[in-house]
Amino acid sequence: MHDMSVQAAHHAPPTSFIRKHIFSQDHKVIGKQYYALALFAAIVGMFLSWLMRIHLAWNNAAIPGLQLLSSSGAPGGVMTPEYYLQLMTMHGTIMVFFVLTTAPFAAFGNFFLPIQVGAEDMPFPRFNMMSFWVTFVAFLVLMASFFVGDGPTLGGWTQYAPLNSIGAVGGPGQGTGVVLWAISIALFCVGQLLGSLNFIPTTLDLRVKGMSLMRLPLSAWAWFITSCMGLTAFAVLMPACILVILDHVAGTSFFVASNLVLNDQVLPHSGGSTLLWQHLFWFFGHPEVYIAIVPGIGIVSHVLITNMRRPMLSARVLIYSMGALAVLSYMVYGHHMFVSGMNPFSSLAFSFPTLVITIPSTVVVLIWTFSLYGSKLRINSASLFALGFISMFVSGGVSGFFLAQPSIDIMLHATYFVVGHFHLVMGVAAMFGIFAGTYFWFPKMAGRMMNETLGKLHFWLSFVGAYCIFMPFHYLGMAGNIRRYSTFTDDFLQPLIPVHRFITVAALITGAAQLIFLYNLIHSRYWGKPAPDNPWEATSLEWSTATPPPFDNFGGKHPVVYHDPYQYGVESSVGDYVMQTSPEQVKTEHDEK
Amino acid sequence: MRTKQTLIALMALLVFPALLFAGTISGKVVYTGTPAKQKPIDMSKEPSCAKQHATPVTVETVVAGPNNALENVVVYISSGAPDDGQVPSQAVTFEQKGCQYIPHVLPMHVNQELKVINSDQTSHNIHPLAKVNREWNKSQPPGTPPLSEKYDKAEFISVKCNVHPWMHGIFAVLNTNHYDLSKGGGEFKLPNLPPGKYTITAWHEDYGTQTADVTITGNETKDVNFTFKAKAY
Amino acid sequence: MAKFFSITIVLIAIFSAIPILRHTWVAPEDISTHGALIDEQMSETMAEAGISFLAAQFILALFIWKFSNRGPDAKIKSFPGGAKGLVIAALLVVGVEVMALGVFGVKAWANVYLDAPSANAMPIQVQAGQFAFYFRYPGPDGKFGGLHPELINEGSQNIFGLDPEHDVDARDDIVAAEMAIPVNKEVHLLMHAKDVGHSFFVRELRVQQDFVPGLDVSLHFTATKVGKYEIVCTQLCGLGHYNMKAYLEVMSQQDFDNWLKQQAGQ
Repeated sequence: MHDMSVQAAHHAPPTSFIRKHIFSQDHKVIGKQYYALALFAAIVGMFLSWLMRIHLAWNNAAIPGLQLLSSSGAPGGVMTPEYYLQLMTMHGTIMVFFVLTTAPFAAFGNFFLPIQVGAEDMPFPRFNMMSFWVTFVAFLVLMASFFVGDGPTLGGWTQYAPLNSIGAVGGPGQGTGVVLWAISIALFCVGQLLGSLNFIPTTLDLRVKGMSLMRLPLSAWAWFITSCMGLTAFAVLMPACILVILDHVAGTSFFVASNLVLNDQVLPHSGGSTLLWQHLFWFFGHPEVYIAIVPGIGIVSHVLITNMRRPMLSARVLIYSMGALAVLSYMVYGHHMFVSGMNPFSSLAFSFPTLVITIPSTVVVLIWTFSLYGSKLRINSASLFALGFISMFVSGGVSGFFLAQPSIDIMLHATYFVVGHFHLVMGVAAMFGIFAGTYFWFPKMAGRMMNETLGKLHFWLSFVGAYCIFMPFHYLGMAGNIRRYSTFTDDFLQPLIPVHRFITVAALITGAAQLIFLYNLIHSRYWGKPAPDNPWEATSLEWSTATPPPFDNFGGKHPVVYHDPYQYGVESSVGDYVMQTSPEQVKTEHDEK
Repeated sequence: MRTKQTLIALMALLVFPALLFAGTISGKVVYTGTPAKQKPIDMSKEPSCAKQHATPVTVETVVAGPNNALENVVVYISSGAPDDGQVPSQAVTFEQKGCQYIPHVLPMHVNQELKVINSDQTSHNIHPLAKVNREWNKSQPPGTPPLSEKYDKAEFISVKCNVHPWMHGIFAVLNTNHYDLSKGGGEFKLPNLPPGKYTITAWHEDYGTQTADVTITGNETKDVNFTFKAKAY
Repeated sequence: MAKFFSITIVLIAIFSAIPILRHTWVAPEDISTHGALIDEQMSETMAEAGISFLAAQFILALFIWKFSNRGPDAKIKSFPGGAKGLVIAALLVVGVEVMALGVFGVKAWANVYLDAPSANAMPIQVQAGQFAFYFRYPGPDGKFGGLHPELINEGSQNIFGLDPEHDVDARDDIVAAEMAIPVNKEVHLLMHAKDVGHSFFVRELRVQQDFVPGLDVSLHFTATKVGKYEIVCTQLCGLGHYNMKAYLEVMSQQDFDNWLKQQAGQ
């Protein structure tokens, strides 16, 4: 039991338009701002993927209008090899950072974590406001690289050295484009650190009376664990980006070795280490993918429980599993570097924790699946996406078995197998987590219901479409299709081109289906049926307050918590559930204290 | 009326001698010693180009002709030419064909339009390594229209293809239209020169630069030869 | 809708498995001496991953089918064994399975990366640079000439920066744009990068290794079948990455000797 001895900084409700909607310190507004940013970024990122897929399927075709985006990148609308790589780099960077790190964690977490712990706001609302605006500026800086000089960097979202540090001599976009990328990402890291600095004390110190740690909803645990990962991971990426900038502007050679030659000229760098970048980047990069998925695990758990009308077989085990994923995520990063030239013994060393991390992942899937047994499952848009998440997480996770082994990685490294793996877990599963959270929490955030029919249609097209797109990536990878190729010129790749055409068609259709979601979101926001306070008959604190929540979340009252968040399948005065804030004592199998 | 006629007559008088008195500087460029062997180029990584050459093409850094002739030397008037600065209206063409640059050496006038054509089935990324002019590189996927560029300062620019490392050419951006490339027998010819004192320069991409001073008095042909020292390696 | 969802999951799982079972898109034939263990790891992992995949998807589908649209009087039940049973199952089944894969995979990896090349392996140097691979053979004197990066001149085809004028060892070095090797003879590939990161991948040889600017890296392998194979770059190295490849020709010893002589004469 915890007394609220630390309080969120009391601030009076803002009155001006700017303070209410633009420079707001209210975690709910900040959450919505992050959501809007992620939504816009997702549209841009998806559009980029369409351009990429069209080019891969019909290589020399002119894409009408593309020359307006870049006359040198697409003369006459025909995409050049460098422009493909530039679009690809931006696609990856935008999606990983501005969609998958932003929506599940910063958007939903900012809106709901304080409410789920019973707080009025986060402890440092000004930092919180800064965190959004810094992230927003980071996005603008990244977007600016489309419009300067010879365009964005072409080095992939992983920006390997020394290509990332040698400047324009390395290729189009490698001068200013890289510097803008590095500034953008360094700013993004600052934004995330400011966010973590809020999430952690919110969880530890601002819980209301009765809200013990074990009574926190699984989504709150997920955001808490994610914010801990973010603190350490982003703290490593930021200086790494600064070192890249220094190599560009200050004459240093952190990542550039001696005696490298381009255009028959020896480069003016010496003594740097190529692999240093990879160690720094992947030390961040692996926890980052767990930062992208753990909130989804929390959201999916939360949504599933509500729609199964029963608690998970063990919430504790899920919490420990998420914790295990977080801790192990730091020990596995070298699996991105098996054939990188690092000591081959290190490769073996990294492969073992990578294999071990399958265990908590399996536990999570087993708990979810076997909690479905004996439940009273409700099918709606939110639960469909949550169930879809399980299917996608299984598919994406299983391909991890292969990639975790260095001997198999010899054949699969840098092939489409890897691309299929991470797209299934991130591009699909994590996205499904965002969709599940949206359909579930939209009523509380916007005060209106989304259209269920459109939601289900969105689900069907996305679920089947995503499998049509990404399952074939694994087959391509096993046949040896190398990734990051703008054109398939090698002899052995010719028979695979029809597969690429199939994928492109699936991608365009699935992409178009997302317009249904966009329409639903916007239409419901203004014309949706007004939402009741607790449309899902759910138990956690966000459903005990008004829809949408008042400025201070609980209308001046401090809620008191009597139950754990998953008292479903009980007989109470309101139905088969009892809310956390309800003092009603009911006959229950187990009620966490 | 009379003023106009006088003016025309005066102008004719000025121009006429120039037409009457058009001298020529011609000659041969040769080398002494033994040039390094020009290696054959293996284009196997680009089969669509490799198959266009029944026998592999060779490096064109030193193109030797019969009787020690040295080809691809840019010979031009480096000072004294009266009509420098006149930019020709027609473009010069640089073609990417069979993964080679044709021609290997392309002289052009400052600000003259340069058209770069891709006739191959592969993408090329032409990268002229300009140091005085603006450095740029551009991709041309197969079937895309020619590029149009120009250089505003005189410079000898090394040209490479970013995609195919063996491709190599030269842009000779000159301040004059009085230039020639030494051909088969190493011969060059600079016609249409009014009387005057001239310096001509012969430039070879590996063997360096030589100059000669020539005076033209009427419409004679002055013979100037250049001899470069070959490098064994 | 729930039942429809269940059927969809099952169908997707089956359709996904079909190309694997029918070997529609597979790695090409192994022509290496070390590849059998790698292929075995792959098959075993595929079997285990495949069973896990199908089981998980089918059980998910089954439970969605059975436990949705239940009447209001239906009782909530818990799976026997509860969470404890599942955690133990995960630890035992998955844990043991992945550890076994890990342990047995060590040898497959060690054969390539931890064993030293044999003393009489044939040394070939490969330089990776935007966007081509070039190969150097030491020539009759058996010695590689020194590398002088400041002398690299691609237009004149001095790819490696050799100095034959002053360096006698360099004079007979053979530089080629294709890699020819004799069949059944171990090759020791000495790898360095000219400019940025690249990678060497030959599917049939079951080898992949990054070039690391600043480091000398090496690989060793033996090819067991005559033929023409593709070496492709797998590390994003710039705009021409897609175009960076070279052919590997595995030849009989005699054909190889002739090839070397012919290259030397050029």
